[in-house]
Amino acid sequence: MQTVRVALAQIAPKLGNLEANLEIHLDAIRLARREKAGVVVFPELSLTGYVLRDQVPEVALNRQAPLLKKLLRAASGIDVVFGFVEDAPGHRFHNAAAYASKGKIVHVHRKVYLPTYGMFEEGRDLAAGDVIRAFDTPRGPAGILICEDAWHPTTAWILVQDGAEILFALSSGPTRGAKPRRGVTSLPVWHELLRTTAQFQTSFVVYVNRVGYEDGLNFGGGSIALDPFGRTVAALPALSAGLTVAELDAEVLRRARAAYPLLRDENLELVHRETARLRQERFLLPDPLPPPRSR
Amino acid sequence: MSPRLRSYPAAPPQEPDLALDVPSTLSILEGFVKTEVERTGLHRVVLGLSGGIDSALAAYIAVRALGPSGVVGVLMPYRTSSPSSVKDAEAVVGALGIVAERFEISELVDVFSAKAGNVGPRRLGNVMARVRMLVLYDRSVEHDALVLGTSNKTELLLGYGTIHGDLASALNPLGDLYKTQVRELSKALGVPKAILDKPPSADLWPEQTDERDLGASYDELDRILALLVDARVSPGTVVAKGFRRETVLRVRKQIMRSQFKRRLPLIAKVSTRSIGWDFRYPRDWNS
Repeated sequence: MQTVRVALAQIAPKLGNLEANLEIHLDAIRLARREKAGVVVFPELSLTGYVLRDQVPEVALNRQAPLLKKLLRAASGIDVVFGFVEDAPGHRFHNAAAYASKGKIVHVHRKVYLPTYGMFEEGRDLAAGDVIRAFDTPRGPAGILICEDAWHPTTAWILVQDGAEILFALSSGPTRGAKPRRGVTSLPVWHELLRTTAQFQTSFVVYVNRVGYEDGLNFGGGSIALDPFGRTVAALPALSAGLTVAELDAEVLRRARAAYPLLRDENLELVHRETARLRQERFLLPDPLPPPRSR
Repeated sequence: MSPRLRSYPAAPPQEPDLALDVPSTLSILEGFVKTEVERTGLHRVVLGLSGGIDSALAAYIAVRALGPSGVVGVLMPYRTSSPSSVKDAEAVVGALGIVAERFEISELVDVFSAKAGNVGPRRLGNVMARVRMLVLYDRSVEHDALVLGTSNKTELLLGYGTIHGDLASALNPLGDLYKTQVRELSKALGVPKAILDKPPSADLWPEQTDERDLGASYDELDRILALLVDARVSPGTVVAKGFRRETVLRVRKQIMRSQFKRRLPLIAKVSTRSIGWDFRYPRDWNS
């Protein structure tokens, strides 16, 4: 990768209001440009808001939608990572995030793990993605995770095996109260998880979480950029909207991967062999290996 | 002889956790009131001021969110209401500099209960609560305001409130705070000491107190609820922690029996798209 300045845009999208959210995006893009950022990152479902329920098909966009074109026109001279509901072939509605560069969508990640428990209902309204791939950006290889995806360590692992050096994690994370000494309790939990991810994967992690309220849910913010040693590069406060720029230094990535050669030593063949065995046992599949020839 | 090993205790078992980070909690509640009011296009709330701690805290939070001109406090005494209730409510009005109105409910309540016949104290209490609701919703139109609810989590879970009475509101900043947490926040915000110190009461008849009605102290009830509801601990384990079995079982039964007060009425499904089941929009639809 090359050194890149990444803007974290901690916004409060308006629920179900695409036009208003487009304006919020354009404002933040202008500000990020002024701060000389090469990339600006928005939260999960930044164009639509989160508690959509029956509004999902009403706000879903295919990749040719005129509203996306307006956003992409602004994505020249600066790359943009944003969240939207994708109306994908077969009218599968995905919680998706796109990386746009030079006015074009370079990559779309469809959220794989849709939380459907407690206060979350995503599995009711959305289709799950089934692909996790790294992709090339002008500044180097990257990967995208959406909120719950990051709670499954295999997702970041796959992206980094696939070459990613920067992980963008977009989130609409609701808070669950605040406790003495810890403040808003969900944030230290997220920060520890992301720090560990950065260290385990010796990669940059850029986490952007939204703020604001929907139906009494409150989203916590606390966006943060971490280097491959797990150190904080830039951070935003809890609960209020804001933008900050983190400089992700290519030299730091190289140093971290030299000091902690975890990626070098990762045994892909072993993981593949053991997961193939687990899969075979779990689903009662025929043995993939031919029986040994008798001597 | 083997070397002596020092023994270290394990982490303590699950205890009721009612502690709050006061500044962050207030900031969330304040933002909630401001955002949820303004997204409707309005800038004001109206709430009943009883002289008790819940409505006092709700008023303090609302002023932080909307400023004194954004809060209308309505005092609605009945003729048997304790004079100290009115005095305490006036202290809140004075401290916050909000708009205050007084609406005596005695005549309305008396006309109704005379016509309804021998209503008894429980029905009379419900009538008072519903007349107050009537007044608040009417004043909310006059002021272009939303009705702010003041029921706390303890009351809501135990069903200690009148459906379509004090339970009615457009938004409620206190509904996820137990009574003991309401006390902590109220103290931090400087709610007058007389209000903090007096025993909580619905003041529907003289000598009534919540803790007598509920058969246990708020301290005990909140700790039981925090275990049963928030920590999802089984009733047996709560009892094993030293809480009275009879109280734990009664609390659990009361939570189940009052579920209807926390939900919209049931609708018989006879179409392809029924409200509540397959017509599912957020309340903050398109805002």
